[in-house]
Amino acid sequence: MSHDDVLNPKQMPHDPEKATLEGKNKFLAFWFFLGGETVLFASLFGTYLALNRSTAGENTPENLFGLELVFIMTMLLLTSSLTSVYAMYHMKNHDFKKMQLWLGITVALGLAFLGFEIYEFVHYIHEYEFTFRSSAFGSAFYTLVGFHGGHVLFGLCWIVTLMIRNSKRGLNLYNAPKFYIASLYWHFIDVVWVFIFTVVYLMGKVG
Amino acid sequence: MSTALAQNRGLGAMIWDYLTTVDHKKIAHLYLVAGGFFFLIGGLEAMLIRIQLMKPDNDFISAGLYNEMITMHGTTMIFLAAMPLIFALMNAVVPLQIGARDVAFPFLNSLGFWLFLFGGVILNVSWFTGGAPDAGWTNYAPLSTVSPGHGVDYYVMGLQISGAGTLIGGINFLVTIVNMRAPGMTYMRMPLFTWAVFVTSALILFAFPALTVGLFLMMFDRMFGSVFFDTAAGGNAIIWEHLFWIFGHPEVYILILPLFGAFSDIFSTFSKKRLFGYSAMVFATVLIGFLGFMVWAHHMFTVGMGPIANSIFAVATMAIAVPTGIKIFNWMFTMWGGNIKMTAAMLWSVAFIPSFTIGGMTGVMLAAAAADYQYHDTYFVVGHFHYVIVGGVVFGLFAALHYWWPKMFGKVLNEKLGKLAFWPFFIGFHLTFFIQHFLGLMGMPRRYWVFLEGQGLEAGNLISTIGAFLMAIGTVIFLVNVVYTSVKAKKVSGDPWDGRTLEWSIPSPPPHYNFTQTPLVRGLDPLWVEKSEGKKGMTPAEPLGDIHMPNASILPFLISLGLFIAGFGFIYQVDNKAWLILVFLGMGLTLGSMLTRSLKDDLGHHIHKEELEKDLEKGAGE
Amino acid sequence: MRGWMGKLRAFFIFSALTLLLTGCGVDNLSALKPKGYGSDLLFDLMMISIAIMLFVFIIVMAIYTFVLIRYRQKKGQEDFIPKQTEGNKALEVIWTVIPIILLLVLAVPTVQATFDLADESTKGDEGVTTIEVTGNQYWWHFGYPDDEISTSQDLYIPTGERVYLDMKSSDVIHSFWVPSIAGKMDTNPGDNDNTMYLEAYEEGVYWGHCAELCGPSHSLMDFRVIAVSPEDYDQWKEDMQNVDPEATAEAQEGQELYENNCMGCHAIGDGAAGQGPNMTNFANRTKIAGVIEPSKENLMDWIVNPEQFKPGNQMPANLVSEDEASQIADYLLELDHSDVGASASEAEVEEE
Repeated sequence: MSHDDVLNPKQMPHDPEKATLEGKNKFLAFWFFLGGETVLFASLFGTYLALNRSTAGENTPENLFGLELVFIMTMLLLTSSLTSVYAMYHMKNHDFKKMQLWLGITVALGLAFLGFEIYEFVHYIHEYEFTFRSSAFGSAFYTLVGFHGGHVLFGLCWIVTLMIRNSKRGLNLYNAPKFYIASLYWHFIDVVWVFIFTVVYLMGKVG
Repeated sequence: MSTALAQNRGLGAMIWDYLTTVDHKKIAHLYLVAGGFFFLIGGLEAMLIRIQLMKPDNDFISAGLYNEMITMHGTTMIFLAAMPLIFALMNAVVPLQIGARDVAFPFLNSLGFWLFLFGGVILNVSWFTGGAPDAGWTNYAPLSTVSPGHGVDYYVMGLQISGAGTLIGGINFLVTIVNMRAPGMTYMRMPLFTWAVFVTSALILFAFPALTVGLFLMMFDRMFGSVFFDTAAGGNAIIWEHLFWIFGHPEVYILILPLFGAFSDIFSTFSKKRLFGYSAMVFATVLIGFLGFMVWAHHMFTVGMGPIANSIFAVATMAIAVPTGIKIFNWMFTMWGGNIKMTAAMLWSVAFIPSFTIGGMTGVMLAAAAADYQYHDTYFVVGHFHYVIVGGVVFGLFAALHYWWPKMFGKVLNEKLGKLAFWPFFIGFHLTFFIQHFLGLMGMPRRYWVFLEGQGLEAGNLISTIGAFLMAIGTVIFLVNVVYTSVKAKKVSGDPWDGRTLEWSIPSPPPHYNFTQTPLVRGLDPLWVEKSEGKKGMTPAEPLGDIHMPNASILPFLISLGLFIAGFGFIYQVDNKAWLILVFLGMGLTLGSMLTRSLKDDLGHHIHKEELEKDLEKGAGE
Repeated sequence: MRGWMGKLRAFFIFSALTLLLTGCGVDNLSALKPKGYGSDLLFDLMMISIAIMLFVFIIVMAIYTFVLIRYRQKKGQEDFIPKQTEGNKALEVIWTVIPIILLLVLAVPTVQATFDLADESTKGDEGVTTIEVTGNQYWWHFGYPDDEISTSQDLYIPTGERVYLDMKSSDVIHSFWVPSIAGKMDTNPGDNDNTMYLEAYEEGVYWGHCAELCGPSHSLMDFRVIAVSPEDYDQWKEDMQNVDPEATAEAQEGQELYENNCMGCHAIGDGAAGQGPNMTNFANRTKIAGVIEPSKENLMDWIVNPEQFKPGNQMPANLVSEDEASQIADYLLELDHSDVGASASEAEVEEE
C-alpha cells in the first residue's frame, strides 16, 4: 500500500482502524497493553484492600466518603464511555465531523469528572486533613484513585491531541487506528472506575 | 589527514546510525554490547564477593560495601545482563525465524532498548554518587525504606525505567509473532525459540506491572512520605514481598524459557533430527509459563503465611517439575538416533542438561515447604538458583551466541577457542556452586559478609572461590574469541550449520530488509523441508516488489534521555527542592518527544524493486 | 521378588546417603546433624526428596550418557541423515505420569510436615513455656512473660519438651534460625507476628543465625540456644528471678557509671525489648554481642568502639573513656547469676 493510499484512500473500508497491517498491529498491541494495565491496577487494588483498614487511628473510609459526589462522577464517566462509542460508530461510517463532535463531548465529560476528583481530594485534605502521608490507608487511597485520575488526564490529553492534529485533514487509514485505540483506552479507564466505585467507595461506606 | 577525517565521519555516522536505528538486527547488536558490558560488571562484583568469602573473618571489603556488592551483582545480572542478552537473541532471531522484515513496532523496539540502557546506567551511577543500593536485589521493605543515602532510590528509578523498556519489548514481540508470520508459518510450525519468546513475552506483559506498582510504592515511601511499608503508621512490609515475587517468580521463567527454546533449536540442528515431541514441547512451554504465575509465594514460606497457603504453593511449585521433565526427556530423545555433531554451541547445550537437572532437583527440594524452613535464605538457595541461572541461562546464552553468531555477524566464532572457554567455565561452575548446597545445610545463611572461624565452613568457601576464578578465566577466553573471530575469521555463507529454520535461508548477516521475497512455509523446519526435497532455498510467497520499511528516528533516544534526567531529579529532590528542575526538564523532553512522535506522520519508506535486484546480483557475485 | 530387591536397594542408597550427609558440618550448627524435633523431621523430609531426586537424576544420566556415546558423529558419517522421528506418545505419557507419581510421593510428607510444624495445639497450656522473641538490628531479645524474665542473645530452653516462640521484630525483617534444632521463621515488624516451636532432644549449646538480610552486620547477628534439662531450667528461672542487684565493692563505680551511661538502653531485670540488649545475666553469655570471645579486654574494646566489631549497630562509640569502660566491664562481668548451662558451653569449646 503506497503512502497516498493510506493518507488519502479512494474509498474507506468498513473497519478503517484495521485496514492496514500497522492498524492491526496497533489494535492487537493495545489489547495486550490493557492486559498489562489490568495487572497494574489489580496490584494497586490488592494493596488498597490490604491497607484500607490501616488508618492509624485517623480518618476511616466511613467518615470520609460521600456517595453523592462519587455517584455523579460515576455517571459522568459512564456517559463519556457511551459518547466515545458514538464517536467510533461515526468513524466506522466515515463521518469525521460527527466523530469529532462526540469525542468533544467525551472530553468535556472527562474534564468534568477530573474537576470533581480534584475537588474531592482538596476537600479531604482541607476539611479532614486526610493526606497521602496521614496513614497507610491514605497512601493506598490516593495512590489507587490518583493513578486512575492520572490515566484520565493522560487520556484527555491524548484524545485532544488527536482531534487537533487531524481536524483539518479528516479521517484516513493512518489516523483511524489512533482514534480507535484512544477510545479503547477510554473504555478501560471507565471499567477501572467502576471497580474503584465498588471496592473503594461502596465497600468503604458499607463494609 | 583526509583519511582520518573520513574515518571520523565514518565513526560519527555509525554512532548516529545506531542511535537512531529501528532495525531489529542493529538493536540486537546494541542489546548484545550493553548486556555483555553489564555482564562483565556483574561478574566483577561476583569475584569481589567470592574473594571476600575466601577465608573466615575476612576484611577484604567492608560490610556496607559488601551489601552493595551483592545487591548490585543480583540486580545487574538479572535486569541488566540476562534480560538484555535474551533481548539481543530475540531481536536477532525471531523476525528471521517467522519470515518477517522487522518487528511489529520498530520504533518501540528502539525505545525499549534505550529505556533499558538509561535505566541500567542510572543504577550504576550510584557507585559514584555516594553508594549503591544495599538492601539485596529483592529489596525487602522496611530494610530498603530505611536504608540511608540514595542507593535504594537509584534502584527504584533504574528498575522503573528499564522495566518500562522491557514491558514495551514484551508487547512488541507478542504482536510480532501473532501478526507478522510469513504465509504458511502456522503456530504449530514455529521454531521452539519463537514459541518460547512468545510465552516469555506474555510473562513479561503480565509480570512486570506488579514490579512497576511495587517500585512506585517504594518510590512514594522513600521520596514523597507515604507510609505503605511503615508499620508505625499502619503500613505493611509484606506487601512488597508479595508484589516483588508476583513479578519475580515469572521473571525466572522469563529468563530461562527463551534459552529452553534456543536449546531446542540447537539440539535439533546438531543432531540433524527434527525436535522430538514438538507439540509436547510447545505444550510444556506454555504450561510452565502458566504455572509460573501460581507459585510466587514459595519464596515466602518462612514469612508466616500459615500451613494451608504454604502447602498449596508447595504442591503447585512441584507441579512445574513435570513440564520441565518433559522437556529434558524430549531433548535427550531428539539426540537419540541422531548424528550428533559436537560443536561449541552443542557442547554448551549438552552441558546444560545435567547442570539444569541438578538445579531442577534442588528446586523440587526447595518446593517442599517445610524443608524450606531449613533451606530458605541459605547458601542452598544460592546454589540452587545459580544452577538454574548459570547452568540454564548463561550456558544457554553461550550456546545461542555460538549458534547465531554467524547469523548476526557473518562469521563463525572460533570453535577451538569456544571449546577452550567452555571447560574452565564448566568445571569452575560446578566447583563454585555445588559445594554451596552443603554450605547452606551446614548452617551458612546467604548474604553473609563474613562467616566465622570454627563453623566448618572454611573448605567449602575456599573451593567455591577457586571455582569462581575458573569461571572468570572461561569468560575471558570467550571474549578473546570474540575479538579473534572479528579480526581473523572469514565470512561464511548464510547457512554454516546445515540449518533447519528460516533464518538460515538468507545471507549472513541478512540485508536490512531480511527477505527479498517473503518465503512460503510448507512445514515445521521450513528450510529442512525444502532441502529434503532437493531445493536450495525457500520458495517465495510473493513476486519481487517494493518493500516497505520503517524510518530511523532519534526520538526513542530522546524520550529515554528525558526519563534519565528526570530520574536524577526525583532522587535528589528529597534533599533540595531545586532538583525538581531536572524533573521538569526531563519530563518535558520525554513528553515533548512523545508529542512530536504523535504529531509528525511517520509512514516509513520503500525500497524499490531495482535496488533489490541489484542486491541480489551482488549476492550472487559473492 | 523384584519389589523386595528394589526396596533393599533403596534402603542401601538411603542409608549411604544419610551417612554421607551427616558427615557434613559442625555439631550444633549443621542442619544435617539434627538435634531436635523440627530439624529431625525436616532431615527426614530432605532425605526422602534427595532419594527421589537422585533416582530421577540417575535415569536421566543413564539415557544421557548412552545417547552421547552411541549417537555422537563418527568419522566418515558427516553426511548421514538420521530418520526424522516426530515423537512418541507412549513415551510422553510415561515421562509425564511417572514424575507426577514421584511428586505425589513427596507431596504427602511435605504437607504433613508443614502442618506438623505449624501445630499450636498445646500453646498456652499449663506448664508449656512460651517465649517472646524480638529481632533487632543486630541482636535478639528473649522475654519469658510467664516467669517475668528478660534476657538477650542466649535463649535458655528445657530439653525434651515443646517451647513456643512468639516472634516479631522491632525494626526490619530478621529470621530466627537454629539449624540443628528447627527450621527458620521470619520476625516481621508490625502486626505480622509469627509463632514456631522448638524441641531440643539433648542438652547443649546450639548456634543460631539471622537468616534475612537486615543490614551491614547481618552476618554478625548470631545467638545461642542453650538447652538444659527441665530441672536445670527450673533452677535457671529461679536464679534469674532472684538476681542480686548489688555490685561488689570493686565494681561499685562501674555500676554507677553503668546506670548513668548505659541503663537508658540496656535494662537489667525484666522488661520489654529496649534500645539495646538486656544485660541481666551478661556474665553468663557465651559471647559478647553474639560473636566476640568473652574477655575483659574485648568487652572494653566493644564498649569504647562497637562499630569496629559490628558495623552499623546502634550503640554510639566513645560514650565513656577507656578507664570508665574498664570499670563498667568489671561490673558487667559480675552479672553472673546462674551456673546453669555453664558446663554446656564448656562442652562446646572442647568440641571445637
